[in-house]
Amino acid sequence: MNPITNPESTTNWYLFLSCLLFSIGVMGVLFRRNALIILMCIELMLNAVNLLLVSYSAYAGNTDGQTFVFFIMVVAAAEVAVGLALMVSIYRNIGSIDIQSLNKLKW
Amino acid sequence: MDNTMNLLNLITPSMMIPIFPLLGFLILSFLGKRLGAFSGWVASMAILGSFLCSLNIFLGLDGQQLNYTIFKWISAGDLQIEFGFLIDHLSIIMLLVVTGIGFLIHLYSMGYMHHDEGFTRFFSYLNLFIFFMLLLVMGNNYAVMFIGWEGVGLCSYLLIGFWFKNQAYNNAAKKAFIMNRIGDLGFLIGIFALVFHFGTLDFMDIQNQLVSFESNAPVLIFITLMLFIGATGKSAQLPLYTWLPDAMAGPTPVSALIHAATMVTAGIYMICRSNLLFALAPFTLHIILIVGIATSLFAAIIGIKQNDIKKILAYSTVSQLGLMFAAIGLGAFESSMLHVMTHAFFKALLFLGAGSVIHAMGGEQDIRKMGGLNKSIKLTFVTFLIATLAISGIFPFAGFFSKDEILAKAFEHNLLVWALLSISSMITAFYMFRLLFLVFYGEFRGTEEQYKHLHESPISMTLPLMVLAVLSAFGGFLGLPAVLSSTHQLSEFLSPVFMASKSLKVEAHALTHEQEWLLMGIATLAALVSIYYAFHLYMKKKVIPENEEALSGLSKWVANKFYVDEFYHKVIVNPMLILSDLLLVLIDKLVIDLLVNLTALIVDSTGRIYRLIQTGSTGFYLIAMVLSMVIVMFIQIIL
Repeated sequence: MNPITNPESTTNWYLFLSCLLFSIGVMGVLFRRNALIILMCIELMLNAVNLLLVSYSAYAGNTDGQTFVFFIMVVAAAEVAVGLALMVSIYRNIGSIDIQSLNKLKW
Repeated sequence: MDNTMNLLNLITPSMMIPIFPLLGFLILSFLGKRLGAFSGWVASMAILGSFLCSLNIFLGLDGQQLNYTIFKWISAGDLQIEFGFLIDHLSIIMLLVVTGIGFLIHLYSMGYMHHDEGFTRFFSYLNLFIFFMLLLVMGNNYAVMFIGWEGVGLCSYLLIGFWFKNQAYNNAAKKAFIMNRIGDLGFLIGIFALVFHFGTLDFMDIQNQLVSFESNAPVLIFITLMLFIGATGKSAQLPLYTWLPDAMAGPTPVSALIHAATMVTAGIYMICRSNLLFALAPFTLHIILIVGIATSLFAAIIGIKQNDIKKILAYSTVSQLGLMFAAIGLGAFESSMLHVMTHAFFKALLFLGAGSVIHAMGGEQDIRKMGGLNKSIKLTFVTFLIATLAISGIFPFAGFFSKDEILAKAFEHNLLVWALLSISSMITAFYMFRLLFLVFYGEFRGTEEQYKHLHESPISMTLPLMVLAVLSAFGGFLGLPAVLSSTHQLSEFLSPVFMASKSLKVEAHALTHEQEWLLMGIATLAALVSIYYAFHLYMKKKVIPENEEALSGLSKWVANKFYVDEFYHKVIVNPMLILSDLLLVLIDKLVIDLLVNLTALIVDSTGRIYRLIQTGSTGFYLIAMVLSMVIVMFIQIIL
């Protein structure tokens, strides 16, 4: 069987890729200090999930998952807009977007 | 068949009767500011509408009664309480009195309250009062009556404290409300007892069930006593009367409408409405008789020494209400209703006349500072004179017939009762003419400024006075005694209502015509004697009542109203205050505050511990978030 046309053999690869991307995203969020990078990592996680949805959708021969991906993309776009605006605003106020410097909100 | 059709045609107008004042109230409360001076007309027209509807029903009733349900109100198990109206001969008379006199007083108020800043508020309260009073009168069961009963109490409170910037007036309003609440509790217990024993509150159902009860059954005595306590509160009888004189703090038209002509007779109406119940409890009737006579005498005696024109009239009202209760105690329900009616005419007239005097004097209410007003306010004087003659029981004015009838019933019953009630009417004649002579004759004793200010009231005020004067003069002909006429109009008219209770009463030997003439003669003579005595004191010797400090002995006691208020204050109010102080320290501070503070303490201390998590480092939050998600996922997988 052709591995390209046989969904069963290729789906696993997509799943591995998706997991890898998601883990990179999580690690990035946890260990990077630049807020911009963290935002990008969040985007990465979202897209990992998108990939997962699309591959399962192809595997099951059902378009529901792909429809869902479009919604996620819209939400992600909105999120980036708000997130970047916040970054700009933070930078203007404290001159840095290092999350270590965002430590004013505490008891 | 034709008759039932007629009756059905009356349902719509009868529903309109309470709707008019309610609409008036709503319009005035929501649009009153825009209407301005026009609001008086709106209110008056609403009452006129009710009056015309009542008149229509009065003419169409034709010896029948109208009893219908509007909707099911309370339905709990076996208990069904409906919201419905009952219009029979008893309620139609009250409806005519309430709406008729109510309309006249609305007209009068347009002149009297002209300059007041709360003009529209005043009329909206008045309309609301009329609405509740109509509910009270029209309800076909005790529950509907109770709404009206409470509603008129509320309006009375609002109107006594109408000039709310004066703290003394507010206190008077609160006193009236609280005193009424005490009575209302009795009424409420009575209603509960009725539900418990009869399973219904409908007047007609209860009346039908009463056939199986024996006279003086303990249940009936308990119920009637409780209902009577309600009546003593609303109708200002002996233990609970002190609110009525204080209620004079309200504007004078209010005193005329609520505290003389209509609301205070609600207690009498309620007892007449449940006449069979009361007729089956002669023990309670006995107590009512005693309370009535005692109140009548007591209030009349206090009236002698009062110097405030409205206070005198207030005590006179209490005294006359006592007379009505005495009539009920004698089982003479229709005589009581006749006196309710004539009293409504002449007492409303007296109060409105007093209002006109106060208006002319620029707000002065002390009769020691008046005098000689008969020349400057002639119309007020003439109408006031008619009312005074009527209340004193001089032939042929209204009060003569109604009083004479009650006295005749008392004579049939017991000589002592008759003597006591006669003394009370003598005193009434005395203090009323004392008032008349001091206000309208002699030298003017006010200030120069007041003298220049003296003027007759505008037409909107004098017109109601004239109409009421005609009614006070001729209203008594509805109840001509047997010697003068073969039919007693009112008692004939009311006979369907009281038929059942009449059959119970052991008919005392009817008075012979000679006896009746004699009684009338004695009553007139007694009234004339006390009028002459008043004339002698205040016209010939020109006595002016002294200041309170100059009084001594018994007269000081009387002038201070027998210190009843002070007594109540010491015995009831003060212990109450001490008790509440005690509760404040023991219950409120120790128990409730402790519980509340403990709750706050727990929240506070847990907060102190948990806030340590809130470090302010964003990285820490992220790690915490991811870790807890992982933990939750693990738990889900394991379970």
